[in-house]
Amino acid sequence: MSTEPQHTPYQKPALEFKSTTYSVPVLIPYTHDLTVIEHQLQQKINQAPEFFRNSPILIDLQELNKQSTSLNVAECIGLLRKLALLPIGIRGGLNDQNEAALALDIPKISAQQNISHQETAQKLEKITPEPESEPETPEQPITRLVTQPVRSGQRVYAHGDLIVLAQVSAGAEIMAEGNIHVYGILRGRALAGIQGNTEARIFCSDLQAELISIAGNYKISEDLDESVRNKPVQIYLNDLALIIQDL
Amino acid sequence: MARIIVVTSGKGGVGKTTTSAAIAMGLAKKGHKTAVIDFDVGLRNLDLIMGCERRVVYDLVNVINGEATLNQALIRDKRCNQLYILPASQTRDKDALTIEGVGKVLEELAKDFKYVVCDSPAGIEKGATLAMYFADDAFVVTNPEVSSVRDSDRMLGILASKSKRAENNEEPIKEYLLLTRYSPDRVKLGEMLSVEDVQEILSLHLLGVIPESKSVLNASNSGIPVILDEKSDAGQAYDDVVARYLGEDRPHRFIDEEKKGLFGKLFRSK
Ligand SMILES: Nc1ncnc2c1ncn2[C@@H]1O[C@H](COP(=O)(O)OP(=O)(O)OP(=O)(O)O)[C@@H](O)[C@H]1O
Ligand SMILES: [Mg+2]
Repeated sequence: MSTEPQHTPYQKPALEFKSTTYSVPVLIPYTHDLTVIEHQLQQKINQAPEFFRNSPILIDLQELNKQSTSLNVAECIGLLRKLALLPIGIRGGLNDQNEAALALDIPKISAQQNISHQETAQKLEKITPEPESEPETPEQPITRLVTQPVRSGQRVYAHGDLIVLAQVSAGAEIMAEGNIHVYGILRGRALAGIQGNTEARIFCSDLQAELISIAGNYKISEDLDESVRNKPVQIYLNDLALIIQDL
Repeated sequence: MARIIVVTSGKGGVGKTTTSAAIAMGLAKKGHKTAVIDFDVGLRNLDLIMGCERRVVYDLVNVINGEATLNQALIRDKRCNQLYILPASQTRDKDALTIEGVGKVLEELAKDFKYVVCDSPAGIEKGATLAMYFADDAFVVTNPEVSSVRDSDRMLGILASKSKRAENNEEPIKEYLLLTRYSPDRVKLGEMLSVEDVQEILSLHLLGVIPESKSVLNASNSGIPVILDEKSDAGQAYDDVVARYLGEDRPHRFIDEEKKGLFGKLFRSK
């Protein structure tokens, strides 16, 4: 889709088109019942409000349309906007669904898989930031080093790996596109692979986290087994399941 | 140049004003010219605890608005001539405080004083953020309970990001923990967090533990900073705090006797 900029002689171009690819969370509804969707979505948002707030989101209807149940796209878009999500596209929709979306300025994104290729559809249990593909020009990942405690109410974001040499307090949130290392106690929220890197890992010397997440697959404090608490662990993804392992 | 100390907490009613009065008096008694400023516009009570409420003519807001000079507004303490109080206004609203105004007042004070103690209001609104913005040192006053500790942690985050030092990329504000209203008996019963618990959560240099004490209420009822009550446990604890802040090495007191062994280990080093 890359377009060569048109140069008028003797004039600097005022703009230029380039193509880019980026990762964006994909919402895959399994029901057309918007009340149920709203309820479950709200629960997920509550677990990681900062992660979802004003997040762009792609609506993927391939799964749902296989079940020949029809989702009211206009209402669905309204719901997402109400929850402070910003739908940026629809894919796998039927013609009328695409038209309904377009009427609300949401474009159709061509589906990677055809609706007929049902057997290869990947089942995602979670609202996962799904990597669309590798960025064309991968930037040099930057490791961010934090030497001071990350206190309640503070957020730290790293475009590459994140290394925290101090504690992360309850009520704090650390996020990295790559791996996260915490050499103090991890009490707050830690989200690694936040742009969808399922290979990202979290390492910490004392796990007491409120929430841990890798590429959108998360566990909240309540779900953490006693056997992994209060000790050095690493956390990684295996088939979209979070594995917590002693170090 | 004065050292500006903010006494802050996040949560209300934990002992900030009690602490501000005590340490300001303690520093002044050691011969350092000290001013203590009440930033709690609308709810002033530092002047009550300092026992100078009947001598208030002008206040911080008057000085900021240019309605009075700093010298007119500063009240000299009757017990210690190195100590001055700048009261808060009871009648103005918080919007009267501006960052430029406060900056100018502190700059002027800094020329003449050794220490400026800022008694912050509770919360994270304007008065509180202004009190801490210019600080060099922060005394984070915390009670041994979860909500107070959590709010202190929040405050520490704001101190680390929203201060003049942070904005100018200077050396960060020095943060000290002051654990107040500590009651070893209630810690033992599990009703309160222990010093270790709080230390573990906040990981902050402990400047002192002030026990829960009747002497504090008695002192504030009679307008005498509790540090002047030399026989009281709280008074002695504040005296230790001032000494430690000035670099003296004093062992921690008024903590459960049983835990001394551990404490030695934990808090020996400064
Ligand atoms: N060590 C102590 N022992 C007993 N009572 C105390 C102690 N410290 C403070 N108090 C009491 O707690 C109450 C609140 O104290 P103080 O006014 O100093 O808190 P503050 O943090 O300034 O409150 P605010 O947030 O409202 O400004 C007062 O009644 C005071 O007497
Ligand atoms: Mg007060």
